[in-house]
Amino acid sequence: MIAEAIASLLIVTGAAFVLLGSIGLVRLPDIFTRLHGPTKATTLGVGAIVAASSVAAYAVNGDISLRELTIPLFLFITAPVSAHLIGKVALKDAAARRQN
Amino acid sequence: MLTTAITISLVLVGAAVGLTLIRLALGPTMPDRILALDTLAIDAIALVVILGLLNATALSFEAALLLAIMGFVGTVALCKFLIGRSIID
Amino acid sequence: MSPRPDSFGRRLLPQPVLTLAIVALWMMLQSDAGGGTLLLGLALGLLIPIFTSVFWPSRLRVFRAGAAVRLVGIVLYDILVANIAVARVVLGNTRNIRPAFVDVPLDMDDAYVATILGSIITLTPGTLTIDIDMDRRIVHIHGLDVPDPAAVIADIKSRYETPLKEIFGC
Repeated sequence: MIAEAIASLLIVTGAAFVLLGSIGLVRLPDIFTRLHGPTKATTLGVGAIVAASSVAAYAVNGDISLRELTIPLFLFITAPVSAHLIGKVALKDAAARRQN
Repeated sequence: MLTTAITISLVLVGAAVGLTLIRLALGPTMPDRILALDTLAIDAIALVVILGLLNATALSFEAALLLAIMGFVGTVALCKFLIGRSIID
Repeated sequence: MSPRPDSFGRRLLPQPVLTLAIVALWMMLQSDAGGGTLLLGLALGLLIPIFTSVFWPSRLRVFRAGAAVRLVGIVLYDILVANIAVARVVLGNTRNIRPAFVDVPLDMDDAYVATILGSIITLTPGTLTIDIDMDRRIVHIHGLDVPDPAAVIADIKSRYETPLKEIFGC
């Protein structure tokens, strides 16, 4: 019962953060500020949703599974790399625009 | 209670996908579109995990991990192509 | 640490930290702590670093686990704070923010550790690593809302760089 409540809270919070990342993607003014939203909020959002899935599995089966947590682990390692590469592309793009 | 929470979060993530698609369509630059595609991949992971929770199946885990890996590799390949016009150097 | 560059132990175990990480990841993926899983994980953890040793630029010399655990705690807490900060900016008036590029001077020579620092900067409040320049020894970062660049630099140096130098001894 308590586990179910925690899972519900986590999943809604996670989904809210995912939405927040996309709102940032639409509302912020330029590419560098837009990078902030998805790299931080969306990554944490998926982390919370996966944690909810883990807690819910515990509530149903009664066994703790760490397997799901490899997804947020992978995302937390790769999100900075993606952001770094997109930032580099944006820098090159901005430089090319100045030249033209 | 969990079913209600799942429905709410499906709506929220669905809205996120819609907003990301708006950014993908608007651009205006190439890095904006790559960022939107990367975000779309992560949103898809969120959807798959939530649907796995709804159907109480463990199969969705593999799909989510594959989406994570493919999304990352795709982003890196696109960026490398735009930086150096070659993917492998 | 062995003084000889290519001692037998070093060739057999080129990246001890990587070996541990692979074994831990394997146990997580199998979601099982039995003997067979551990044995297969150990085999993978020993073989993968040997086969990929060409790709690793340097070997981590010092690794202090206590300081590493403390840094992971700080970073996890900061990721939560970062998201609340991003939420405030995203939902508030986006015209009043002051985005800026800041160059943070690096105090280390190891490109490995600088990369970890860059990743931490990206995940923590208001800052994003755009480029790491090991020749000029700076990290080129972008801040979402920077009223005072000097405060951002001081914050990064004291919060993340000092612990990282302690963990990896560089």
